[in-house]
Amino acid sequence: MAGNRRKKHHFSRIHAFSCGKTSFKGDHSLIGGPGFSRVVHCNDPESFEASVLNYSGNYVRTTKYTLATFFPKALFEQFRRVANVYFLICAILSFTPLSPYSAVSNVLPLVVVIGATMGKEVLEDWRRKKQDIEVNNRKVKVHCGEGAFDYTKWRDLKVGDVVKVEKDEFFPADLILLSSSYEEAICYVETTNLDGETNLKLKQALDATSNMHEDSNFQNFKAIIRCEDPNANLYTFVGSLELEEQQYPLTPQQLLLRDSKLRNTDCIYGAVIFTGRDTKVFQNSTGPPSKRSKVERRMDKIIYFLFGILVLMSFIGSIFFGIATREDLQDGKMKRWYLRPDDTTAYYDPKRAAVAAVLHFLTALMLYGYLIPISLYVSIEIVKILQSIFINQDLHMYYEETDKPARARTSNLNEELGQVDTILSDKTGTLTCNSMEFIKCSIAGTSYGRGVTEVERAMARRKGSPLEEEVTEEQEDKASIKGFNFEDERIMNGSWVNEPHADVIQKFLRLLAICHTALPEVDEENGKISYEAESPDEAAFVIAARELGFEFYERTQTSISVHELDPVTGTKVERSYSLLNVLEFSSSRKRMSVIVRSEEGTLLLLSKGADSVMFERLAENGREFEEQTKEHINEYADAGLRTLILAYRELDEKEYKQFNEEFTEAKNSVSADREELAEEIAEKIEKNLILLGATAVEDKLQNGVPECIDKLAQAGIKLWVLTGDKMETAINIGFACSLLRQGMRQVIISSETPESKTLEKSEDKSAAAAALKASVLHQLIRGKELLDSSNESLGPLALIIDGKSLTYALEDDVKDLFLELAIGCASVICCRSSPKQKALVTRLVKTKTSSTTLAIGDGANDVGMLQEADIGVGISGVEGMQAVMSSDIAIAQFRFLERLLLVHGHWCYRRISSMICYFFYKNIAFGFTLFFFEAYASFSGQPVYNDWFLSLYNVFFTSLPVIALGVFDQDVSARFCLKFAFPFVTVPSVIPRRCTEYPV
Amino acid sequence: MMNSNAASSSTANPDAAGSPDPPAPRRSSKRPKYSKFTQQELPACKPILTPKWVILTFLVVGIAFVPIGITSLLASRDVVEIVDRYETDCIPVANRTDKVAFIQSNASKTCTRQITVTKHMKRPVYVYYQLDNFYQNHRRYVKSRNDEQLKKRSKTSETSQCEPEDTTPDGKPIVPCGLIAWSLFNDTYTFSRNKRQLTVNKNGIAWKSDRDHKFGKEVFPSNFQNGTLIGGAHLDESIPLSKQEDLIVWMRTAALPTFRKLYGKIEVDLEENDIIDVILENNYNTYSFSGKKKLVLSTTSWLGGKNDFLGIAYLTVGGLCFFLALSFTIVYLVKPRRLGDPSYLSWNRNPGGH
Repeated sequence: MAGNRRKKHHFSRIHAFSCGKTSFKGDHSLIGGPGFSRVVHCNDPESFEASVLNYSGNYVRTTKYTLATFFPKALFEQFRRVANVYFLICAILSFTPLSPYSAVSNVLPLVVVIGATMGKEVLEDWRRKKQDIEVNNRKVKVHCGEGAFDYTKWRDLKVGDVVKVEKDEFFPADLILLSSSYEEAICYVETTNLDGETNLKLKQALDATSNMHEDSNFQNFKAIIRCEDPNANLYTFVGSLELEEQQYPLTPQQLLLRDSKLRNTDCIYGAVIFTGRDTKVFQNSTGPPSKRSKVERRMDKIIYFLFGILVLMSFIGSIFFGIATREDLQDGKMKRWYLRPDDTTAYYDPKRAAVAAVLHFLTALMLYGYLIPISLYVSIEIVKILQSIFINQDLHMYYEETDKPARARTSNLNEELGQVDTILSDKTGTLTCNSMEFIKCSIAGTSYGRGVTEVERAMARRKGSPLEEEVTEEQEDKASIKGFNFEDERIMNGSWVNEPHADVIQKFLRLLAICHTALPEVDEENGKISYEAESPDEAAFVIAARELGFEFYERTQTSISVHELDPVTGTKVERSYSLLNVLEFSSSRKRMSVIVRSEEGTLLLLSKGADSVMFERLAENGREFEEQTKEHINEYADAGLRTLILAYRELDEKEYKQFNEEFTEAKNSVSADREELAEEIAEKIEKNLILLGATAVEDKLQNGVPECIDKLAQAGIKLWVLTGDKMETAINIGFACSLLRQGMRQVIISSETPESKTLEKSEDKSAAAAALKASVLHQLIRGKELLDSSNESLGPLALIIDGKSLTYALEDDVKDLFLELAIGCASVICCRSSPKQKALVTRLVKTKTSSTTLAIGDGANDVGMLQEADIGVGISGVEGMQAVMSSDIAIAQFRFLERLLLVHGHWCYRRISSMICYFFYKNIAFGFTLFFFEAYASFSGQPVYNDWFLSLYNVFFTSLPVIALGVFDQDVSARFCLKFAFPFVTVPSVIPRRCTEYPV
Repeated sequence: MMNSNAASSSTANPDAAGSPDPPAPRRSSKRPKYSKFTQQELPACKPILTPKWVILTFLVVGIAFVPIGITSLLASRDVVEIVDRYETDCIPVANRTDKVAFIQSNASKTCTRQITVTKHMKRPVYVYYQLDNFYQNHRRYVKSRNDEQLKKRSKTSETSQCEPEDTTPDGKPIVPCGLIAWSLFNDTYTFSRNKRQLTVNKNGIAWKSDRDHKFGKEVFPSNFQNGTLIGGAHLDESIPLSKQEDLIVWMRTAALPTFRKLYGKIEVDLEENDIIDVILENNYNTYSFSGKKKLVLSTTSWLGGKNDFLGIAYLTVGGLCFFLALSFTIVYLVKPRRLGDPSYLSWNRNPGGH
């Protein structure tokens, strides 16, 4: 986030060239045309014009059924299953003389089974209903005339209402921001629920409406908004506001989306434009694709096979029956006279034996119907629900800290957990906590910080050194401050003043406190300050500065205020720096800088960035500590830390003035390469820097991640990491979580090489792309050669590929090669990958290797991957609920995956498999006795058992034992499941291969 | 960022939703309750099939089954059973080319048979007739009755399911209706020993429940066997159905095409080498479907009639268990192996295959 002042400048600049009279071009000219026909009468929802439009209300319904549609819809769902259709036909036929059984005994099981499933649907829908009621009855302040605002239920909101939303409230519908409690009519919005991003987004109202800060302003407010029709695109919006016969263009900048939250702003006023199902978030919500487990699909095949047997048996029976019937009456002589073949119905007519045989075929289909287990589906559903309850209840998968137990959201994938072959994992927030911790720093060539990183710990473990004990001690007292794990008495508590380079340390810490875009939040009760930052890294820096005595506490429009420790007096003084420019971070620049003027009047350029770009920008006299710092950076990188170089420079007035002019001009230029121009100018001033030192933050691994990965690897499960992070970070984390090990040969496929960069800059884009692709292909082939030629002694391979290369590697003609290489490698890391690429990789693995894939992630960027994989596991972490909402199973920590797969997966798979086998066994055994008896009853279709016994056999007599087996059976205890992950290679990979042993 | 997002709110999460202030002190923990049941830690025992256990189990089964088998077999052997097949012998030699024509003619069908008692038969001696290749279990046949009509006098005209033996051509209901009753067995036997009549007791040959509950005391046969095509026996119209035990026995249809039905009981002992003279009326037509007819005299034991199956089954299973116990013992002694040796697992046996 940025300072208000900067943003204000920023926006006014944008307005300068995008909001003038000329701006009704492009998309805005579409307004009124097809797809852009919505008209909203602000603050006048009851008017005649508005009522003609008749937009739907704000009532939302997420339930599947309503009272009226329940029966038709639910029944339709039921009879989409082939087996149920078969039984329905049987039930109808049972009212004809064809039926070997009485009608009641045929209909009853069907009714019981369908009734049970529908009962389940009702129960599930009822839960959703309760949630809907809660949401619909939330209250929001709505303008009710005369400038007064009153509470109204969300569901009663109408298009055109003006609402007042207060701090930390959710927006009840899609709103157009009219004004806020800030002068500039800005507000901050948290969109965690929509896209999982935790940083605050800034929205700003039109100047025309921005001055309405009081309730009473709205008494006579009238405006007409014309905009696009409801659609699912969260990031675009086209519309116009007509106020006092003036047209103003509306952009996404004014749009506040339902389910996002107002933060850091006392209140806002907004006009409702989309309600209920028209809101963007609802347009976006598609139910998670219903996934079917492999076992279920194979079960379907078995059922089809049994259908085949059923038809065959009936066919054989009909032939014998036809022959016997025909022989009953030959040349007027009756053979089996006691059946009176001379005076009979079509069903037994010897003169038309063929017809009788065909009719008998139908009878036989019903007679041998016991081969098809009618209650199988419903029993499996019951069993799976009970299994999910066990998963939800497992204390070993309950995370105390966030109070979150595991939650199986869809129960029909339980047994799939036991067959997982490949795990595709997100990194940030999944393997790591997504909370950066400031752990080390190097100042003036001296390394500070005694913290021990996960990687170091992992290495120490491998060597077997007793580092472990200190670590646990440290963990206890450090837990107090999140994001700060720094331990060094030399500079803590102000003792840095006694260090040899105290002045450098002071500058270093000051830089940490000033050079950032974070926002302070002061807790009114205890005066404690917390920070809202764009990235956790940045938060870690500000927190570190605070803990080391440089407390950043206020950001105004023009200044940054810091409590500093004065090295001379040893007391805290308030210092304020006026903020002149922010040179923002971008992935190409890999650095950010601020230009401030200190109280003494000196102009300072404070800069931090990646080592690759910073060292070359140092001044000749600023390289005093270069050697030591480089050494330290390498050490930190080996320890799996993210490093940044800090440097500064004093500017003289003239230089700054010139820069500022150029920079402002560049920023205001209208050309397309505006950003590039600004970057170039920024580059000019970011040079001749003086090195201060380096920071190292740790993206802490979640507890138990390396152990869990080890266990899963033992069990033969492959782990692919798909991350948006930089390659270096990804590799470091790979080492930290024992995904990569020393002795592994890394195959790195990257398009971030200098050559490819020059290629990109060339004019001919298609030629550049072709060349890039060729280079990727070449690298892949080299990797493949390495794989083919490799012998065990050289160690396993690890594939690391970046996002750009991945784009080419996923193209149709290359992807097979890529996949072959990737499968051959022990570990695969895809870095800098987009959400789409994550999903594509998942699909590639799923379809091409036909193995079971499990995707695990926590952010909105993982949603595609989660939905694409056979099983999606969401981490219910800090990154919002998006991933969890689209996952099949939600757990709180990555390490729970071990128990989920190795214990529950193993059990569920075994239980379901043996239960299905048991089911088919009992039904085949039963069905065949009927057939064998027929051989002794001249295939006349007489059942050997009593009707009621038959119909209760499936739904009653034999259902409980099977269900009990499916819910409770344990071949081995949980302890052994985990302890002997190796022999339980059975779970993920051997059982599917031993399917001859397990018929299912 | 750092402060409170752990309790991040969402509309989807019912507990978090709606509370505008996430850090509010609401502490209804979602921690699952501990119980051995929910944690799936209930004590369980799983027998490990060690060689000793397996051998011992087989041995015990063998020891139990063999004596049972022997006893059953002895009991079955104690039963004296005399079977006399007569359907061909009771046709005069001249008529044997077209037996169906003979049986349908009006010629006298009386036939005399002599049965020698092979062994002392203790009373009661049961008399059965045995039919063969007769599908009493045919669906058309089984259904061709009306239980309501048999039970209640008021339901006399209830003849559904009975076609074509439901009504007389002029529409009067047949009681009892249906093919089963119509095809009632009508061979009769009279027994004499040394010229002295042996009485055959025909009371109590049907199931008591059938007599009491399924066939009415006030239901009398009417219009029975009046049609052009006579199926089997006629019934005395003055006797209620509940007393017509031959009918009741016949109407409890047999499950298999070869069946015996009880004809009566001889309430005296029969001595070894007694010659029994049987005068039988060979009326019933089994010739058109080439069925056999047999007359059976049999005693019973505690195990029922003569049937070696149970004894043989027990002996076979018991013997097999002994054999397995023995062979496992030999294998165990000759080629013992460590219990739970993982190298025998399928994926360890051929390391390349995994």
